[in-house]
Amino acid sequence: MSRLFTRDTQAIFWNNNKSAIQRMLDYDYVIKRETPSVAAIVAPTSSAKFEKFFWGPDEIMIDVFRSTKEAVEAHPNADVLLNFASFRTAYDVSMEALSIPNQFRVIMVTAEGIPERLARTMNQAARDAGVTLIGPATVGAIAPGAFKIANIGGTIENIIKSKLHRAGSAGLVTRSGGLFNELCNIIARNADGIAEGVAIGGDRFVGSVFIDNMLRMESNPDVKYMILLGEVGGTEEYKVIEAVKSGKITKPVIAWCIGTIAKHFSSGVQFGHAGASANAERETAEAKNKAMREAGIHVPESFNDLPRVINEVYTKLYNEGVILEIEEPEIRTIPANRRPKNFICTISDDRGEEATYAGYPISSVATPDTGKTIGDVISLLWFKKVYPRWAVDFIETVIKTVADHGPAVSGAHNAKVTARAGKSVVESLVTGLLTIGPRFGGAIDGAAKYFKYAYDNEMTPAEFLAYMKKQGIPIPGIGHRIKSVRNPDLRVEGLKKYAAEFFPSTPLLDYALTVEELTTSKKDNLILNVDGTIGILMVDMWRALGYTEKEIDDFIESGTLNSFFILGRTIGFIGHVLDEKRLAMPMYRHPWDDILYDVKKAEEIG
Amino acid sequence: MAQRAIREYDGKRLFAKHWNEYFDGFHYPFKSVLVTSADELRQKAKEHGFEWLNQEPLVVKPDMLFGKRGKNNLVLFKVNKPGDVTLEDAAKWIEEKQSHEVTLLSGQHGKLTHFIVEPFTPHTQDQEYYIAATTVGEDDVLYMSAEGGMDVEEGWDEKVTEVRIPINMNEADIEKTIRANIPADIPSENREAFASFAIQFFKFFRDMHFAYLEINPLVLIGTDAHILDLVARLDDTAGFLMKDKWGDIEFPTAFGMEEKSPEEEAIAEADSKSGASLKLTILNPQGRIWTMVAGGGASVVYADTIADLAGVKDLANYGEYSGGPTTGETQFYAETIFDLMTRYPDPRGKILIIGGAIANFTDVAKTFTGIINALEKWAPKLKEHNTKIYVRRGGPNYEKGLADIKAAADQLGLEMHVYGPETHITDIVRMALEEDKK
Repeated sequence: MSRLFTRDTQAIFWNNNKSAIQRMLDYDYVIKRETPSVAAIVAPTSSAKFEKFFWGPDEIMIDVFRSTKEAVEAHPNADVLLNFASFRTAYDVSMEALSIPNQFRVIMVTAEGIPERLARTMNQAARDAGVTLIGPATVGAIAPGAFKIANIGGTIENIIKSKLHRAGSAGLVTRSGGLFNELCNIIARNADGIAEGVAIGGDRFVGSVFIDNMLRMESNPDVKYMILLGEVGGTEEYKVIEAVKSGKITKPVIAWCIGTIAKHFSSGVQFGHAGASANAERETAEAKNKAMREAGIHVPESFNDLPRVINEVYTKLYNEGVILEIEEPEIRTIPANRRPKNFICTISDDRGEEATYAGYPISSVATPDTGKTIGDVISLLWFKKVYPRWAVDFIETVIKTVADHGPAVSGAHNAKVTARAGKSVVESLVTGLLTIGPRFGGAIDGAAKYFKYAYDNEMTPAEFLAYMKKQGIPIPGIGHRIKSVRNPDLRVEGLKKYAAEFFPSTPLLDYALTVEELTTSKKDNLILNVDGTIGILMVDMWRALGYTEKEIDDFIESGTLNSFFILGRTIGFIGHVLDEKRLAMPMYRHPWDDILYDVKKAEEIG
Repeated sequence: MAQRAIREYDGKRLFAKHWNEYFDGFHYPFKSVLVTSADELRQKAKEHGFEWLNQEPLVVKPDMLFGKRGKNNLVLFKVNKPGDVTLEDAAKWIEEKQSHEVTLLSGQHGKLTHFIVEPFTPHTQDQEYYIAATTVGEDDVLYMSAEGGMDVEEGWDEKVTEVRIPINMNEADIEKTIRANIPADIPSENREAFASFAIQFFKFFRDMHFAYLEINPLVLIGTDAHILDLVARLDDTAGFLMKDKWGDIEFPTAFGMEEKSPEEEAIAEADSKSGASLKLTILNPQGRIWTMVAGGGASVVYADTIADLAGVKDLANYGEYSGGPTTGETQFYAETIFDLMTRYPDPRGKILIIGGAIANFTDVAKTFTGIINALEKWAPKLKEHNTKIYVRRGGPNYEKGLADIKAAADQLGLEMHVYGPETHITDIVRMALEEDKK
């Protein structure tokens, strides 16, 4: 890979560093990237599933995960890890990322002060895996016009002034992060900006060193010449000298090592970074500047003289036609005042020509000729997916199956009593709906939850029964008032038959039937009832559709299964309410003789 | 935060603490005390467990991070003949050494404050070895020699075997590599014992996060290991991992280092309490050019440039502030510098450089508020010393910051020149000095 980043590069950002992420997204918007440069955030202690950020004037959501592993499973294309963990955990975060095979191409580590032995182990592990590790102790890197890490480059105003919004011709490597911006400014004023820039980090042991980055820049056609800002201490600059001498680097190099001041002071004064202390004569800024000059590298007289040399080299390359005039690209601007949105909608949109359900115009799913049914609409609006026919038909079967169960059940009864009190359809309906819960209709949720738990934990039917007994809960979805093995519930039989014919497989149902075998051997009416069958088959459906176990658990936890019952039974409740209205039945009053009155005179206390 | 030296006593204490875990097959009779005065030594000898101070001949050395103590005549191991030093001899010797300043052959000088006292260990030259480990480039390196003693550095290449151990080498290969490189001149009957010690020494060095660890000489008498002299540096960034294993470890300042001035102490203290970074070193209190620079890298290039253009004698201080200091912290930092720079007059007047690179996200106007507050307080003094102020800064809100500070200077009657990112970062140094020549 000759380029560090492209316009399609996406990163996983480890640590929910909101302001740094927002700066990356602002940059993306300004340079007209199509996708955000941050694909996902890893925040181990967060319970959020996403975080909102501005995308120009609008807002977008970035997924939040608790581990890097989960993040890359959902975003396999993200091949850059921005490790913003503290010095205590940065090592573990990098090592975990490196243990995921063939995922990350670049890892950037910002923490300063990682124990040296851990930093060396981490850096070597990255080299062994062929991963470019930038840092530790760095502000990162930038490929102007393509991708920028976190805070590098400063504010958007400065980025544009320093021409960091589009690729120039220089490749820039520095140790210092603070001077990186300054160098970009100098290069923008005296040349045409940079094509790629990396601040390698100020700690004694860093992952990728000058030479690693410069060899990549040598093969990057966008880079026409390179600028190296080194520092007193270490011998990394000599590797660059070797590469220039041996012809591995052929592009012109401009270089300067800061810290010439150090020679005036024997010891004790730490000038600059942890890595910046000369242990030998050849590690002094003087010696390195001299050696670089002798190798044919363009070395100014002083740091103050650097702009002149940059301009000289640039002008020469420009006159030779190596560097061409850059056409300034159009950029987008970030609105000065942005307000976060109070509401988010991810299922439908009414702003266009025609309102859509999950991107599908209503007319494309509404009329019979579209071949779409209410099951399709549910799959779009509830799950934001186009389900296959067998799943859509199953959903519709469920809705139809639970639509009503006579006037005597508590929800229908409540709706009827309210209607008879003269209340409107909607008031009567919600009275019925409010009855739905753990005891009325809730067995669908419960059955899915407990049977899945038992199955996931590989409990035998006997173990499952023992477990539920210990919990003190009757098994949801098992048992019927009237129906039994000899007198089966035909609704259940219908659902089972449909599943057997159309589901790719039904592991949870198969398991539930072995449980039923055991329960009915104890008592004839302990059959798998209709609620249980629906809940269990929904889990089988989602599994067959490729949802992860976590997603299915989330469906169950968020009450999605109950929703099928609520939707279906609404049909029945409305029927009962309209029935009452048409019958014009009077106000209902419960007869005294059906109530056991047992009222004692209240005792005075206190 | 980096590699920092620890006392010989603390190094030995670490060995003793973890000996059984690491040095299988060897015994380490850890007998060692660290004292700061003769009386403390006399007192120590009365404590239970330290009876040996009265019973055995002793060796006394300063324990203050400097080496070549033998050559500096700072090791007491004999009065008349080796191994005849009593407790009282040792105490008297300490008293004598503390009665005056000491100058080493290297030129460092100061008062001796810490001494290590140990039993005298009679042994023969052939029981002495040299062993050390450190990090060179990306690899660990183990140094071994059949010859111990203080002259090992003379004839290093002939005497010492170096073994490079890459960071990712596994345990089995580490053992194999060390065994394969045991110095040839170690007699065969001692090779196995030495190899076993060397392997365990390396693992101890590695696991304890040493940056440097040297025993010279190491004396092996049977299964008894005697660490006669030891030099050690720890990687203090590993402190959070090693809290229990290191225990309460001290990182003393080097012997002969000039004591910090109260101003430097005050800034160091403010630094330790702040999330921001505040650093100050006074290079020449009578210097003419004073700097107040934001950022570590920028502070270095300003120092470089001043030394280049004006000469290092004129450079009064080195330092930096960064990482988003509060207005109060910036004001305190500025006032400290203004105070220092108005103590000694200079007929040419003073130059103050308020410099910095283009900030990433520090609000420049906000930072400058602290400096403006300080200017308001110190303007009369600064004028008295004929101070010219040059400002250069970029970053968020820099236009306002520059306008504010310039307005304040005008109102206070201070001579000030302000520049933004369009001016090269260090060019204000050149301008200040050229102005001078006119």
